[in-house]
Amino acid sequence: MLSVTPDILTDLPWGQLLVNGLALGSLYALTAFGIVLIFKTTRVITFAQGETAMFSTFVAFTLLTAFQLPFAVAFVLTMLFAGVFGALIERVVIRRISTTTVLNPVIVTVGLSLILLGAAGWIWGYEIRTFPDPVVGPPFHLGTVVVSQLNALIFLVTLVLMTVLFAFFRFSPTGIAMRAVAENRMAAQLMGVSIGRMNALGWGMGTAMGAVTGMLIAPINYLDPSMMGDVALKAFAAAVVGGLTSLPGAVVGGLLLGIVDSVVGFEVPELRNTIAFALIVLVLVVRPGGLLGRHETKKV
Amino acid sequence: MHWLRTRGRATAPYGLGLIAVLLIPALLNVIPGIAPGYVLYLVSLALIYAIVAIGLGILIGHTGQISLGHAGFFAIGAYASALLTLRLGLPFVVAVLVAGSVSAAIGFLLGLPALRLSGPYLAVATLGFGLAIPQLVVWQGSWTGGSSGLHGLPLASLPLGAFTIVFRTDQDYYYLAAAVLIVLTIFARNVVTSHTGRAFVAIRDSEIAARAMGVDLVRYKTTAFALSALYAGIAGALYAHLLHGISPEDFTVLLSVDFLTMIVLGGLGSIGGALSGALLLTFLQNALTRLPVVHDFKNLYIVVLGVILILTIVFFPQGLAGIARSWRLRRATRTLDRPAGAGQIVELGERSGVR
Repeated sequence: MLSVTPDILTDLPWGQLLVNGLALGSLYALTAFGIVLIFKTTRVITFAQGETAMFSTFVAFTLLTAFQLPFAVAFVLTMLFAGVFGALIERVVIRRISTTTVLNPVIVTVGLSLILLGAAGWIWGYEIRTFPDPVVGPPFHLGTVVVSQLNALIFLVTLVLMTVLFAFFRFSPTGIAMRAVAENRMAAQLMGVSIGRMNALGWGMGTAMGAVTGMLIAPINYLDPSMMGDVALKAFAAAVVGGLTSLPGAVVGGLLLGIVDSVVGFEVPELRNTIAFALIVLVLVVRPGGLLGRHETKKV
Repeated sequence: MHWLRTRGRATAPYGLGLIAVLLIPALLNVIPGIAPGYVLYLVSLALIYAIVAIGLGILIGHTGQISLGHAGFFAIGAYASALLTLRLGLPFVVAVLVAGSVSAAIGFLLGLPALRLSGPYLAVATLGFGLAIPQLVVWQGSWTGGSSGLHGLPLASLPLGAFTIVFRTDQDYYYLAAAVLIVLTIFARNVVTSHTGRAFVAIRDSEIAARAMGVDLVRYKTTAFALSALYAGIAGALYAHLLHGISPEDFTVLLSVDFLTMIVLGGLGSIGGALSGALLLTFLQNALTRLPVVHDFKNLYIVVLGVILILTIVFFPQGLAGIARSWRLRRATRTLDRPAGAGQIVELGERSGVR
């Protein structure tokens, strides 16, 4: 039986692929978390998540290069920008459309993503740029596995953000109010929660999460208007695989996608998107609500 | 007598359309200062897109199933027909029919998981499908031509008994595209008004209610997917032969979004809307490239597309067809001097497909 195992699987540098995959997966998880957050609060699945993140990353790039700000400052300012930007999108566009059909929000967010794509191309152009490295220095060695400083930073940022968000949703009154809105809008409203404010907050926070992904993935890949296209698809897959209704699901889905992506990318880089698509279909056919999500049965 | 009147009213635009189809080449030759060949090529392209839009309209507008990956089916049709004519030397007609069937079969298969996916899940899954197809084409480069694509496709031809029509010029091809579009438009109209079409609309309005009334969800959802994939596949095959060559870059997500914009702008659930949306958007795209002020056309077009999508949903959710419908209604109610609420009821009835 052992001889059946193809060499291809034993020869892979599994440890390294795992570490790289987890780093990539953390970034997918952050964006997926944003998608799920927006979906849970406003019942809108946003196809603009990748493009708002891309736009924010360009803002960070401008802050870093034109204004010569230190990375940490630019990072926080960009998160604030993305937060306001997301809340603004909710106020100006999302609130005006009827979300009784699933189609309307899909079409409108696709439209938003196109506008942002075109605007970014207009403002910053289509040339491929390199994003300044947030950290420089020798990588860490864990046995044969190499962890670059950037990957270490990604793990750190993800861990800190997730802890803060967990505490926010668990303990703060605003976080509990947001969960209440996600659980039952009408009951939350009757308890005095402002639905509009929570919707805007959900969009703002979700968009800021995407911006973090953008700023941390741009140093790995590159910076141009299409930088988030594939990343957003993986984040979608992560959100759907984990379950659109589950925030921990987004993290699990993201990490899973990252590892799969890292292994597939090493073996057959042409098929990275195809595998993501296959994974979506596979998981949804077996568990329609995603790994950790609830399958919502419609009631008449 | 009521049914006669509605039928007469609905048929009139199609008759006008047919006359327009026949007159356009003659008109282009008369108008000075334009290249009729290029305009006819452009119209052919618009007609081919209209075929996809009609098919997508049946899926999204009538059945309520989202697809953000129809460029995938378009690509499957284009590649199937290109490979069959280039590699196997099959005649054009056979290649187009097989391309349509292959696309429909894959549409049927995609419809199966769609049975368990609702709304946003389906949108993500179809988006992934649309992204995966060009990747698979590049991956299987040895027989699909990889990222450089397939070129030098033979001319389209149609054997008619003893002799064969070969579509050489842009005008020939224009008539071919128009003929296919007309046949498929009539077919779509018949499907939509048949009991199958009513089952589609029932599924769109409420799956639970449709099931309670005995509508077989498995059968009709997969049928809707297969049907719209058939349209996209046939259109893809025509596209490949119009351009005489294809590459994976022709079938991006942006093309899927183009198709979506066509039917949203035209009006969901309306065949005439899908047609007019496709024509309008193709010409808009071309007109934007000609604006002298714009050096970077791609950005402008993308932004305009996004603005059209948002403005349509926010201000005219029923699209152009809805605007035309309310205009007709207003005229009708004015002459009949009905009380104010009556027009509203008729409109609601029409919108949900009740006849």
